[in-house]
Amino acid sequence: MRMSGLYRAVAGSSFRRYATYRVATAAGVFTNTVFGFFMSYTFIALWDQRPGLGGYDQAQALTFVWVGQGLLAATAVMGGGFREELQERIRTGEISIDLYRPVDLQLWWLAVDLGRSAFQLLGRGIVPVVVGGLIFELALPTDPLRWLLFGCALALGLLVAFALNYLVALMAFWLMDGNGLNMVSNLLGMFCSGMVMPLTVFPEGLGTVLQWLPWAALLQVPADVLLGRYAGGGAFAVLLFPLLWAVALLLLGRLVQAAATRRVVVQGG
Amino acid sequence: MDGMAASDGMDGTDGMDGTRGTVAGGDELIVLEELEKVFRVRRRAGRFRRTRSEVRAVNGISFTVRRGEMVGYIGPNGAGKSTTIKMLTGILTPSGGRLRVAGIDPQHERTRLARRIGVVFGQRTTLWWDLPLRDSYALVRRMYRVPQARFRENLERCVELLDLAELLEVPVRQLSLGQRMRGDIAAALLHDPEVLYLDEPTIGLDVISKAKVRSFLRELNAERGTTVLLTTHDLTDIEQLCRRVMVIDHGRLMYDGGLPGLYEAGAGERQLVVDLEREQPPISVEGARTVRVEGPRQWLAFPAKASAAPLVARVAADYPLLDLSLREPDIEDVIARMYASGDGGGDGPRAAEVPVAG
Repeated sequence: MRMSGLYRAVAGSSFRRYATYRVATAAGVFTNTVFGFFMSYTFIALWDQRPGLGGYDQAQALTFVWVGQGLLAATAVMGGGFREELQERIRTGEISIDLYRPVDLQLWWLAVDLGRSAFQLLGRGIVPVVVGGLIFELALPTDPLRWLLFGCALALGLLVAFALNYLVALMAFWLMDGNGLNMVSNLLGMFCSGMVMPLTVFPEGLGTVLQWLPWAALLQVPADVLLGRYAGGGAFAVLLFPLLWAVALLLLGRLVQAAATRRVVVQGG
Repeated sequence: MDGMAASDGMDGTDGMDGTRGTVAGGDELIVLEELEKVFRVRRRAGRFRRTRSEVRAVNGISFTVRRGEMVGYIGPNGAGKSTTIKMLTGILTPSGGRLRVAGIDPQHERTRLARRIGVVFGQRTTLWWDLPLRDSYALVRRMYRVPQARFRENLERCVELLDLAELLEVPVRQLSLGQRMRGDIAAALLHDPEVLYLDEPTIGLDVISKAKVRSFLRELNAERGTTVLLTTHDLTDIEQLCRRVMVIDHGRLMYDGGLPGLYEAGAGERQLVVDLEREQPPISVEGARTVRVEGPRQWLAFPAKASAAPLVARVAADYPLLDLSLREPDIEDVIARMYASGDGGGDGPRAAEVPVAG
């Protein structure tokens, strides 16, 4: 019980820490909003030609765009979360400081990342969606239950996002330089989460595979929940998808962590 | 009394006799028996071949530290100091030997042990970079489950002794190195650790900051009885704080005893640096030997215990002397000489490497 207090405090500290980066937050909001416009006009052109593409009408497709821009920072799908920081700590040996603490490494970084996500959801997520909603016709629901389900899907999605980034970060124990892996990871994240295009737009085989990969939990699933593509009980059932991926990937993270800390070759004689 | 304590375990310190051999004992806080750490390294040898070799970073070290002792743990870079500390704190698994800290096997109960120790790195920080100092301390309180009253008392004490009152609301990134170091030391002590490991706590600090840190550590040790293991390259740290010194090189304990004994064991020499009016062939005087000549400047080495006065008089009488200065032996020299007179040549690689098949 008391330990959960610690991790809450860590998350709180992390939230406050990111809140100090005001210029970065403003620049991020600006960038996300501008990109939202680019993508909106592209999607409008596309959906004019192919109405109903991927099973979405135009307003739903635009909603997908703006929700995606709102979640880009929170899910750290292009990096910018704790991943680079953890890699740097592993590379420089500062990770040993984390290991000296009477805390669990994974839970510590999970708390750090959730604190960051929470801030970026508020600081970088809301404004782009509001701007998008003012300029374009979006299909945002009025049903509070659907927003609640969206919140759950999003929370699970953030867990999956953390678990994926944690695995990538831990590879620094073996690779010592994570830049290449980060690039691959960012590319996969952008493409497979639906940030570039909704996954249902892709041809059947590829689209189906993409929808079963964990990245779908980052945007595709929460967006579909918000857009009401899962009716009734199906909306609850679909939450099992990110839940199972989160559990599996977090457990895998623990295994890798155990292997990694066993071979800590912390830098510096 | 003090002498070379080779790894086969002669003990050097006065009053330390009889503490060896027994493992579970009343006030023995840290016990190492033949501790070893072997790293396997792969190295490229030519285009496709890779050779594997073993690096014995810690090669059979035994010592005991009693509760309330303040011990200097020194040695050149790569000697195995940090590796030892990492094993003592449980983040590295020993390859052999036995190890107990406060009765706990660090490797198996790292987290439990972590609550009872404090660690400070001169070159690294445990503080949250972008947040006020106070926030880091609040996290420490939760992390170590320090009762509120205890926490407040400890914090007040650290704030007073380490001069932190005006820094508590300042983000850590805005602190100077000396301020940050003091902040880090406080962070390591808020949970009343039984052992404090300090790795280069005064590195990069100015004279005043160094003095502050040292007097605080002295007081901590005297009043709270906190056991301190101090790793440093600054001999003054050792001189001012530690009655006992352990010297490690090539993963072996070269010396364990008092500081004066260290100079004797290292057959310490001092150097007289003389500036002559003009270039001269090496000076030859009784009781010293010329070790270096650079233009009109010459370096004369003489035994640390001998007085410099007669030597100066002799040089001044026979040579056109302009100026002179005296250099005390530094710890690195002492250790280097100790190693050279110890178990083999002094130019080997920093850690003993044993090639193995593969």
